[in-house]
Amino acid sequence: MSGSNSFGNSGQMSLFTLAQRGMSAQMVRMNAAASNLANAGSVSATEDGAYKPIRPVFAEQLDQATGLSSVRVGGIYKSQQAAIREHNPGHPLADENGDVWTAPVDENAEMVEMLDSSRQYQNLVEALSTAKQLMLDTMRLK
Amino acid sequence: MSDGTTNNGLFGIHAAALELRSQRMGLLTSNIANAATPGYKARDIDFASALKARTSGMSQDQAVSGATRYRVPVMPSLDGNTVELGNEQVAFSENAVGYSATLSFISGRVNTITRALKGD
Repeated sequence: MSGSNSFGNSGQMSLFTLAQRGMSAQMVRMNAAASNLANAGSVSATEDGAYKPIRPVFAEQLDQATGLSSVRVGGIYKSQQAAIREHNPGHPLADENGDVWTAPVDENAEMVEMLDSSRQYQNLVEALSTAKQLMLDTMRLK
Repeated sequence: MSDGTTNNGLFGIHAAALELRSQRMGLLTSNIANAATPGYKARDIDFASALKARTSGMSQDQAVSGATRYRVPVMPSLDGNTVELGNEQVAFSENAVGYSATLSFISGRVNTITRALKGD
């Protein structure tokens, strides 16, 4: 997300920085899906007050010096979907028509998003550990 | 390490090959990291032609940029992303095996020289 890297002040992008950024981007995606799931079925008294699902959109971040592209979160967007109106006069938050507004969260879509994101996270960890092993092998070469 | 541009250095072709393998590993990791980036175009190095260019005297950067290609997706996705994780994983592991192989050639060469120097 932030442009700084965690490896001191060297500007050189390494495989580790690359994988770390990818992993934190996937983490943001998982957190967004978790927030959406947590707010599924939450009720509001007004249409504007209803929770709107959020979705991060990634962007490529090319490092000219090394030719590696890492990833950053380009932005987090609120869904344009309209809140769902529910007629429930007994509800304490119901308006004068007896309606409440629930969050338009698609639980299935959020679960799929979560799975996809965790798969990609695992992939990155796998690639990183292979790369690390090869680097260690190269270093221990005698 | 030898100058890497010629075949008659200490490690022969393997020095150049190891560097290229390492570069390709970075590129493939970039693809894996950008699996969810809209509009990202997956890239890969054509290893054979990069190695040929490198051994015929080109610099590392020239050889790599001359042999970098965009991947042709089997099934393009709607958001313009051309990363197909399965393919990237296969390419990554193929590259890792190649790296290991090159590394063992180099270590074999180092062992040979060491034994010759020790004289036993």
